[in-house]
Amino acid sequence: MATISTIRWLAPAWLALGAALALGAPVAQAQQAPIKIGELNSYAQWAAFTVPYRNGWQMALEEINAKGGVLGRKIEIVSRDDGATTGSATRVADELVSREGVSLLFGSFLSNVGVAMADYANQKKIVYIAAEPLTDAVTMAQGNRYTFRVRPNNFMQVGMLVDQAKASGAKRWAIVAPNYEYGQSAAAVFKRLIQERVPGAQIVAEQYPALGKIEAGATASAIEQAKPDGIFNVLFGPDLTQFVREGNTRGLFEDTTVLSLLTGEPEWLLPLKDEVPEGWTVTGYPWDEIKEPKHKAFIDAYRAKYNDTPRLGSLLGYMVMTMIRDAIERAGSTETEAIIKALEDAKFDTVIGPITMRGIDNQSTMGAWVGKLVLKGATGGMTDWTYKEGASFMPTEAEVKAVRKD
Amino acid sequence: MDPAFLAVQALSGLSSASSLFITACGLTIVFGVTRIVNFAHGSLYMIGAYTAATLVPRLLELSFGPVTFWAGILASAVIVGLIGVIIEVLLLRRIYGAPELFQLLATFGVVLVVQDLVVQVFGPQDILGPRAPGLRAPVEILGRRFPSYELVLIAAGPIVLGLVWLLLRKTRFGVLVRAATQDRDMVASLGVNQALLFTGTLFLGAFLAGLGGALQIPRVSANTGMDLSIIAEAFVVTVVGGMGSVPGAFLAALIIGQLQAFGILIFPKSTLVVVFLLMAVVLAIRPHGFFGRAEIVGGTHAVGISSRAPLPGRQLILLVVIAVLAAFPLLADAYLLKVATEILIFALFAFSLQLLIGVGGVVSFGHAAFFGLGAYGAALAVKWYGVSMEAALPLGLALAALGACLVGAFVVRLSGIYLAMMTLAAAQILYAVAFQWVDVTGGDNGIVGVWPSSWASGPAPYYLLTAALTVVTVLLLKRIIDAPFGYALRAARDSESRAEAIGLKVRQHRWMAFMIAGAAAGLAGGLYAFSRGSVDPSLLGISTSVDALTMLLLGGIQTVMGPLVGAAALHALRDWIMPLTSLWRLLLGLSIIAMVLIFPRGLVGTVRDWWEARA
Repeated sequence: MATISTIRWLAPAWLALGAALALGAPVAQAQQAPIKIGELNSYAQWAAFTVPYRNGWQMALEEINAKGGVLGRKIEIVSRDDGATTGSATRVADELVSREGVSLLFGSFLSNVGVAMADYANQKKIVYIAAEPLTDAVTMAQGNRYTFRVRPNNFMQVGMLVDQAKASGAKRWAIVAPNYEYGQSAAAVFKRLIQERVPGAQIVAEQYPALGKIEAGATASAIEQAKPDGIFNVLFGPDLTQFVREGNTRGLFEDTTVLSLLTGEPEWLLPLKDEVPEGWTVTGYPWDEIKEPKHKAFIDAYRAKYNDTPRLGSLLGYMVMTMIRDAIERAGSTETEAIIKALEDAKFDTVIGPITMRGIDNQSTMGAWVGKLVLKGATGGMTDWTYKEGASFMPTEAEVKAVRKD
Repeated sequence: MDPAFLAVQALSGLSSASSLFITACGLTIVFGVTRIVNFAHGSLYMIGAYTAATLVPRLLELSFGPVTFWAGILASAVIVGLIGVIIEVLLLRRIYGAPELFQLLATFGVVLVVQDLVVQVFGPQDILGPRAPGLRAPVEILGRRFPSYELVLIAAGPIVLGLVWLLLRKTRFGVLVRAATQDRDMVASLGVNQALLFTGTLFLGAFLAGLGGALQIPRVSANTGMDLSIIAEAFVVTVVGGMGSVPGAFLAALIIGQLQAFGILIFPKSTLVVVFLLMAVVLAIRPHGFFGRAEIVGGTHAVGISSRAPLPGRQLILLVVIAVLAAFPLLADAYLLKVATEILIFALFAFSLQLLIGVGGVVSFGHAAFFGLGAYGAALAVKWYGVSMEAALPLGLALAALGACLVGAFVVRLSGIYLAMMTLAAAQILYAVAFQWVDVTGGDNGIVGVWPSSWASGPAPYYLLTAALTVVTVLLLKRIIDAPFGYALRAARDSESRAEAIGLKVRQHRWMAFMIAGAAAGLAGGLYAFSRGSVDPSLLGISTSVDALTMLLLGGIQTVMGPLVGAAALHALRDWIMPLTSLWRLLLGLSIIAMVLIFPRGLVGTVRDWWEARA
């Protein structure tokens, strides 16, 4: 289900051309043809994250094209909905590559879709930059030289959380995670790291509700039954909202240490409204307390432009777009091999500071904000947080070499 | 396990049973009177949830209190009831006499339309409703906390049952509804205003669906997936309880609620399968559910291909078609070849369904089961045994045929709407297995890396392979349709009792047809898997089945070659329009409704009628 039609970006403002015009728009201009880049994401199914994400890359794109684009050419993004299933995403990607002739692909939200896209990129030998998919597989077991990722993966984010768990003294852990690639990967990493880093820790309950189909009451009471003193949560979106409501009602989170992936991100925190489970240790995005001038300037510009507060998706979309611009400029062309060379082990100067795209697994060193949830007025936010550099939490080179097939 | 835990779990089960019953009760009443299985019932439930989640918070801002909350819930249900009336007047009223297949498809068209409209009206975000005032605190049950709102829900089920019972037993409207459930024609001949009766029934049904949805808002956020997930469960409840039976629905809902609550402990990862297995078991033992009645023989009216003299010069036409197909790679670019490959695959898929519906009169609503089995069979063979494409395709076909053999054994014992529901259940069971048996099928992740062998990996070679296999299979199926076997199937379709009287073994013939159609769909599925490079559970989903039915209907169900044309038309349209609009489902839904209402003969049928009228 395509959410937006082919969009042609014409400096300085952009025009979304409608149905009839999309195929052969007569934009005969003296300048060179724009560089076409393919973008696909779950705009219909996961709008909470992806719409702010689209705002982010659109904002970056306008800035880039206002400055004349890259290599003397404008950038044109052809954006599609990926349908949020593996088959649909690769089909859409194929359309972007063979009909639209895009130079590289970026996007996708769900981890299973990310894995399928990585496989597709490898098969068709085209660069794919995974924006949101977090499963380790994208850069580890299923990784390949065509697939890159910007966000910190599960191994890195879980590692940050487990470090926080040491102090709590919790030993009996319960896991609740959506039963698909992302949840399975996060649960596996957690099991491994908690036993390595917290002596005597054990897993006493595991619940894997199907993504988007949680039976929250039954799940909460099954966890309660195991009497854990720590809970590791990987749920997000509607599943999370229902689980938190049931857990609050039943007092599941009282006197329990809770570690939760991504819950501090505004996209998942805002729907909880005033039922924010205070005290959870989370990874997230405390945009309202960020002081670094460059990052602050981005946040202010975003708020002014969209009249909305930024989500983590907004930041990510903006960063990915500027990194693509830098990579194409350094590559000096839009050839796949040149772009791969320009991405591997390259440093990028982003709004959150310099990050590196590690060449051995194509995983960037972008970090995450780790802190505690707190109620700020009518909605939740993060407090007591720090920004953890990604570099110190990445899997070691030996670990990467052991699982990667290339 | 300690008793407190069991008690809490049982109460959770009761509260889901209650919610399910309220919704399913509306579905079963509507079916009893109108004989329409209303797919859009789930959409009404979803509208109820969205309306309440939007309306109730606004009302609570005006005056906070339990009265406002419950008034808001009831108001939302009434709004949904009125939407039901609109659907009845605009659509259902026109299709009461149509074949079941058309009714199912038309209401599914409504489902598609509503999915897009809900996003347009309420926005794409999930909406979490407010908690019920006064019911925020939990209650202690045997030392465990339990949400007090769930207790209210548990009470709501029996209350609705009681009110519906009073309505049906003590009012004139109820008497008429019961009379119409027993014999619609007799009620009409006695001079009852049928239009008013049916509209009233739809209001009641939609009101109950809306109430079911509105009551959910304190526990579940209103989301766009609610319609299909509830309709699948509501179907199970009504079918298990017996279509049209309100007490049956209550009993079935109770069983399913408990099955889900305790199933999560025993099979934490297979909750979806359990429900549909129950339905399969019940239908195998009691073909009409707990309290259902057998449908009147001859009450169903099958539509299908008609016999006519073969077209003159058909060999020439066939040669031309094959030549054009073979020469296509010379003209087309890579992307066009990809689209053409998919069209051929869908054409084969739809054509295999034609053998069941058009020829055999077996209205299958779950043909995706065999398409998906073929795809998964091929993909699993590649993943687990590392076989090549040449071996994986036949394995997929074999798995689909085997699945069709199993499913067919149950299905051929049934007829009419129960048959359609059973095929739907079979497809849903397979969907659930593929979705939740993560270790083998990869679950939601699907299976990736299913690429063709190197000789067939380019767009042109793979297109030619698909074209060759499709043409050969279609010709084989055509031969089967024109053979005595095909005529026997047609005889059974038009009059089962007469076919039996002349010694035809109807069930065996249908079973055989099921296996042949399943195998052909499996081949299509295998080809599809290799063309995409991956499989995922959506291949087994309801929308895949509906795709095949739409192609059949679009091409023309009364013509042999209709499905091929329908597949080409639908897929080409989809490829052309989908990237341009976010309202694809709305357009598809409206076209399905339009086809059922004004264009029931389909493209090929209309062209042929026009041709014959001129000649």
